[in-house]
Amino acid sequence: MNGRFMLDGQPVMFEEGQTILQAAKAAGHYIPSLCWHPDFPPHGSCKLCIVKVGGRHVSSCALQAKDGMEIESNTPEINGERRALLQMLFVEGNHFCPSCEKSGNCELQAQAYELEMTSARFNYFFPVRPVDASHPDILLDFNRCIFCELCVRASRDIDGKSIFALTNRGIHKHLVVNAESGRLGDTDFSALDRAASICPVGVILPKRVGFAVPIGERIYDEKPISLVSMEKER
Amino acid sequence: MQDLDACVMDVLARHGRDPTRLLQILIELQDVLGHLSPPCLTRVAEGLSLPRSRVEGVAGFYSFLHAEPVGRYRIHFSDNITDRMLGAPALMETLCRKLWIEPGKVSEDGLVSVTTTSCTGMCDQGPALLVNGRAITRLDHHRVNEIAELVRQSVPLDAWPAAFFMIDDNIRRRDALLGASFEPGSALKAAISQGRADWLEQMRLSNLRGRGGAGFTTAVKWQSCRDAQGKDKVVVCNADEGEPGTFKDRVLLTRFAEQVFEGMTLAAWATGASLGLLYLRGEYRYLTTPLRAVLDKRRQAGLLGKDILGETGFNFDIDIHLGAGAYVCGEETALLESLEGKRGTPRIRPPFPVTVGYLGRPTVVNNVETLAKTTLIALEGGAAFAATGTPQSTGTKLLSVSGDCAFPGIYEYPFGVAIERVLEDCGASDAQMVQVGGASGVTIAGYEFHRRVAFEDVPSAGAFMVFDSSRDAFEIAHNFVDFFAHESCGFCTPCRIGTSLLKGYMDKLAQGFGAKMDLADIEWINRLLRNASHCGLGTTAPNPVVDTLIKFRPAYERRLKSLDFEPAFDLDAALDTARRMTGRDDAGAHLNGEASAREAQR
Ligand SMILES: Cc1cc2nc3c(=O)[nH]c(=O)nc-3n(C[C@H](O)[C@H](O)[C@H](O)COP(=O)(O)O)c2cc1C
Ligand code: SF4
Ligand code: SF4
Repeated sequence: MNGRFMLDGQPVMFEEGQTILQAAKAAGHYIPSLCWHPDFPPHGSCKLCIVKVGGRHVSSCALQAKDGMEIESNTPEINGERRALLQMLFVEGNHFCPSCEKSGNCELQAQAYELEMTSARFNYFFPVRPVDASHPDILLDFNRCIFCELCVRASRDIDGKSIFALTNRGIHKHLVVNAESGRLGDTDFSALDRAASICPVGVILPKRVGFAVPIGERIYDEKPISLVSMEKER
Repeated sequence: MQDLDACVMDVLARHGRDPTRLLQILIELQDVLGHLSPPCLTRVAEGLSLPRSRVEGVAGFYSFLHAEPVGRYRIHFSDNITDRMLGAPALMETLCRKLWIEPGKVSEDGLVSVTTTSCTGMCDQGPALLVNGRAITRLDHHRVNEIAELVRQSVPLDAWPAAFFMIDDNIRRRDALLGASFEPGSALKAAISQGRADWLEQMRLSNLRGRGGAGFTTAVKWQSCRDAQGKDKVVVCNADEGEPGTFKDRVLLTRFAEQVFEGMTLAAWATGASLGLLYLRGEYRYLTTPLRAVLDKRRQAGLLGKDILGETGFNFDIDIHLGAGAYVCGEETALLESLEGKRGTPRIRPPFPVTVGYLGRPTVVNNVETLAKTTLIALEGGAAFAATGTPQSTGTKLLSVSGDCAFPGIYEYPFGVAIERVLEDCGASDAQMVQVGGASGVTIAGYEFHRRVAFEDVPSAGAFMVFDSSRDAFEIAHNFVDFFAHESCGFCTPCRIGTSLLKGYMDKLAQGFGAKMDLADIEWINRLLRNASHCGLGTTAPNPVVDTLIKFRPAYERRLKSLDFEPAFDLDAALDTARRMTGRDDAGAHLNGEASAREAQR
C-alpha cells in the first residue's frame, strides 16, 4: 500500500516496501547515513540515520514507511545526537585527516562537515591497529575503520569471496581477512572487486594513486555530502 | 598435524558437517585441543565449506572461546558485584599469588590462567569461579588454597573433591510453581484433550507475560507464530540467563526440567512447531547431561518424538545448544544468530522471530520460567492462573535474591509483592538499595521499598540484589558499567563506543580525577545509549548510572575533584595557617569537609 508520512512537517509520499530513508531521499529530503548503501539491504549499525517516529527513536534505513507516520529528522535534537555519534566514531579510531589519502572523498569527514562537528568532545581511544600492505594493489589501513561492514557485504554478496569479516566484539571488534596468515596478500582479493572501492572512509585504498586529485578539489571539498548523495542516487 | 586433522574430522562428522553447528563444533574442539589455533580454524572452515573469515569471526565473538593458547586450567572468577562484595577480588589475588601468575596471563609453563568473567549465576552461593567451565561456589581462603594445590599438582578435574562442584538450589519460598507436585505429561494430556485452539484460548485467558524481561504477552506471541506463513516452526527456550544477579532459570533447569520441557511441548502444540531448541548458557554446561537424561526419559514416555501421547501428527523433539560466554545472546534475535552458528549480533526487527526466526522459520522464543508456568495453565486453566498476582501481571514470579541478606536464594511470590516484604523475608535488615531486574534493571532506594514487583511498577526478569548501608552506590553502578562495556556486541556505534566511553568516565571518577563536566558528559552518553542503540543491551546499559545519579548523587559528587571548577592551587591547604592559629581542624574548618577528612586518613 502506498501512502504518505510527515517528515519535519512536510508531506512525503512513499511506495509499498520503501523504508523511511528511501522514501525521504526519493522525495528530496536528505537523511545522513554511513552504513546504508543503495545496492544493499539495510544494515542499521551506524545509527546516523536515526529519526523520531511518534516520539520514539528508530533507524530510518531499516524501518518501513507507514501511512500517517509523524517523523522528526532535521531537528536540533536529532542532529545533536548524530553529531555525537560522529564524535564517537572519530575518537574510536585514528583519523588524521590531513595525512589521509581519502581526505575530501571521505564520507565520515563529509558527515562531520555536514553536521557541523567542530571538536571530538570525548577522549581518544588511540587503538593500535597495524596497517596491512601485503597485497600488491591494495593497502589496508585499519586505523580508520568505522565498521559499516560494506566491504564485508560487498565481498560476500557481490564478489562471492568473503574476503572480510569481523571478529572479537564490543570495542575490540575488528576486521580480519580470509587467510590463515591474516594478510590480504594471501587472499584472492582483487583491486577490481566491488569490495575494493566501497569503503566510505580511508581503509581500503588503491596503491600508487596517492593524491592524484589534490586535497581541496575533491568530492566533498566541492559539495556537501547531502547534495552529492542525493545526486548519485537520482 | 595428523592429530589436528583427525580431531577436526571427528568432531565435524559428529555434527554432520552442518554449518549451523559451528559454535557447538568450536566448543567441542576447544575441549580437546585447548584452544582454537589458526590452522584449526582453517580446517573447520574447509570441512564446513565456510569462508575462513566467517569461522574466525565466530570464534572471536564468544568470550569462552580462545584463539590464543590458554592454561590447561582456565580459571574465571565471577565478577558480579555480589561476588565482589563476598570477597572475590581478594581471593583471586590470593590464588594468583599462590600460583605465581598475573591475572589475565597464562603461566609460563602453560599450566594455568586466572581471570574474571561476567556473572556466573551463582550469586546466592558466591564467590564463585569456573574452572575449565565447571562452577565452584562458596569460595573462601581455605578452598582457594586447595584449588592452588590441585592445580600445581596437575590433578585432573574429575579427581577434584566432588564437594567443590556441589551447587545448592536454595529454594526459600515456594508458591504455585515450586510448591506443586508435577506428573510429567499431565499438562500435555490436558492441553491435548482441549485441542490446539482451546489450549491457546486458555493461554489467552491466563494473560501470562514473558518472564525474560520484556513482559510480552505469551499467548499473542504463540498465536502470531501459529498464524505465520512457513513450515517447520520452532520453539526456542531462552536459558541464557546472563543478567547479572539472576539464577532462577538455573534452579528451574536443575529441579523442574520436566516442567520446562513440557512447557516447550505445550508451545509446540499451540503453534504447530516441530523443532525445539534449548539455548543453555555456557556457564550452566554442567546441566547438559542431566537435561539430556530428562529428554530421553520423556522420549521413552512418549512425551517427545512422533505422535506425542498417541496424537497422530503431533511431532516435536528438543535439542540443546550451548552458549559460550556472551550476555547479548540472551537477546532473542542474537540468540537465533547464535543458534545458527553465527556471531551473536542482534537482527533488525521487524521482522520479529514469530514470522522470521531460526533459519527463517517462524519461531517462538520464550524464557525458561515462562514455559514452566504454562504447565500450571494447562492443569488449572487460564482463569485460575490469572486469579493470582495483579490484573496486569498475573501469576507468580521467581526472584533470585542475593547480596546483603541472611537467606539468599529463590523466592516465588505472586506478582505485586512489595519490595519491603521480600527484604523482610530474606533477612535484609539494613538494606540501603536494591537492584531489581539485574544490571539493566531499576535501582530502588530506601524511600521506594513500598513499591511492588510487577510489570506496571517495578518490572523484573528476576534479579533482586540487596545492598546494605555499608555499600557505595557508585561502586555498584561502576561494576555494571564494566559489565556492559565487556558484553556489548559492538554492532552499533552508540553502544560499542558509548559503553566504553562510559567506563572511561567511571574509571576516572573512581580514581578521584572527576570534574563536574564529566557528569554532564556521562548524562549525554546515557542519552545516546538509550535513544540510539540497536538492541536492549545498549538501551538499558545506562540504567544503573541514570538511577544512581538521581537517587545517590552524593556518591558521585564525593568523587569529583571539584564541583564547579578546578582551582590552580589547593584552596583548602591555603587555609592551613588559619587552622593552626585557631587550633581548629574539624570538618567545619575545611572547605570540603569530607574530602579533606579522607585526605587526612591517607
Ligand atoms: C541484552 C539482552 C539480554 C537478554 N537476556 C535474556 C535471557 O538471558 N533470558 C531471557 O529469557 N530473556 C532475555 N532477554 C529477553 C529476550 O530478548 C526475550 O524478550 C525473551 O527471551 C522472550 O521470552 P519471554 O517472553 O518468555 O520473556 C534479553 C534481552 C536483551 C536485550
Ligand atoms: S573497511 Fe571500510 S568498508 Fe569495511 S567495515 Fe571498515 S569502514 Fe566499512
Ligand atoms: S546495542 Fe550494543 S549489544 Fe545491542 S546491537 Fe548495539 S552494540 Fe550490540
